[in-house]
Amino acid sequence: MNTPGVRSLILAAVLAAGLAGPAHAVNPDEVLPDPKMEERAREISKDLRCLVCQNQSIDDSNADLARDLRVIVRERLKKGESNDQVLQYVTDRYGDYVLLRPPFKATTLLLWAGPFVILAFGALGTAAYLRNRRAAGTVAGDTAPLTEDERRRLDALLRKDGI
Amino acid sequence: MRRLIYILPLLILAVVAAFFFLGFNRDPKLVPSPMIGKPAPEFSVPGLRGSDGSVSNASFEGKVTLLNFFASWCVPCRVEHPLLMDLARNKSVRIVGVDYKDKPEDALVWLRQLGDPYGVIGADRDGRAAIDWGVYGVPESYIIDKQGVIRFKQVGPITEDVWRTEMAPLIKELSK
Repeated sequence: MNTPGVRSLILAAVLAAGLAGPAHAVNPDEVLPDPKMEERAREISKDLRCLVCQNQSIDDSNADLARDLRVIVRERLKKGESNDQVLQYVTDRYGDYVLLRPPFKATTLLLWAGPFVILAFGALGTAAYLRNRRAAGTVAGDTAPLTEDERRRLDALLRKDGI
Repeated sequence: MRRLIYILPLLILAVVAAFFFLGFNRDPKLVPSPMIGKPAPEFSVPGLRGSDGSVSNASFEGKVTLLNFFASWCVPCRVEHPLLMDLARNKSVRIVGVDYKDKPEDALVWLRQLGDPYGVIGADRDGRAAIDWGVYGVPESYIIDKQGVIRFKQVGPITEDVWRTEMAPLIKELSK
């Protein structure tokens, strides 16, 4: 079955899969000449939500508005603004909602701290459970000894089985 | 204490269910605008019709204004249009239009066919002014008070209900 034909086919498929990077919506005419600045623009675009498609970043989206925002991001970088200033420009207009990474502040406290609070509850619960179990006496020393009667019955059972 | 352990999962479920219940009632397409209560952004676009001068912040001066972003290619705008016509007929509020990413000739045909409720209309051909306003789709409408502060934003067509219950009372209040 493992003929050279099949093998090369598999090899080709694997190579092709390796070559295919993630698809981006950035058009060649949008790319900045300065690769460093373009890199920053890409970084910012990946953090900005496309408001039309909502679960894509503007870097991934083909929507018109996403394209306009990508161009604006690049224009503002060219004007010498920092990454934060560019993000601020967009959030001033569209709110924190456009940030795919929500900022840490009072209204998002539950969002960020929630998982750790739940983890802490779990840890407390586990600790309480373990302590209870120990107190309930599963540990050998705490069990009540057999009575004389129980010991005799147990011996009888063991003898019957021929041990 | 023992009993509590048994009802705890039920309590947690109830809390989570309440969150989801409230969450699913909200429309994720409606993005709350951070611009409410802030001064209108600086903008200026050329007029659409021959008689329109450029449309800018000066267009809002002194009177409560309804700013409406629309386009001839936009289907929901067509739904909204009769209501705007009514408002114009009853002189309920000054309406300033911004024609978003549209060919002026298409917009003019659209207005000729359906009627023209706008006082002035600006043409935002590249959609830049709209981004300055935080517009992410048409139609979107803003109520701007006499001081040029944004007081209300409607995403999507203005419905009879929203007009009656929210926008009309607010405009009346602001016009005092």
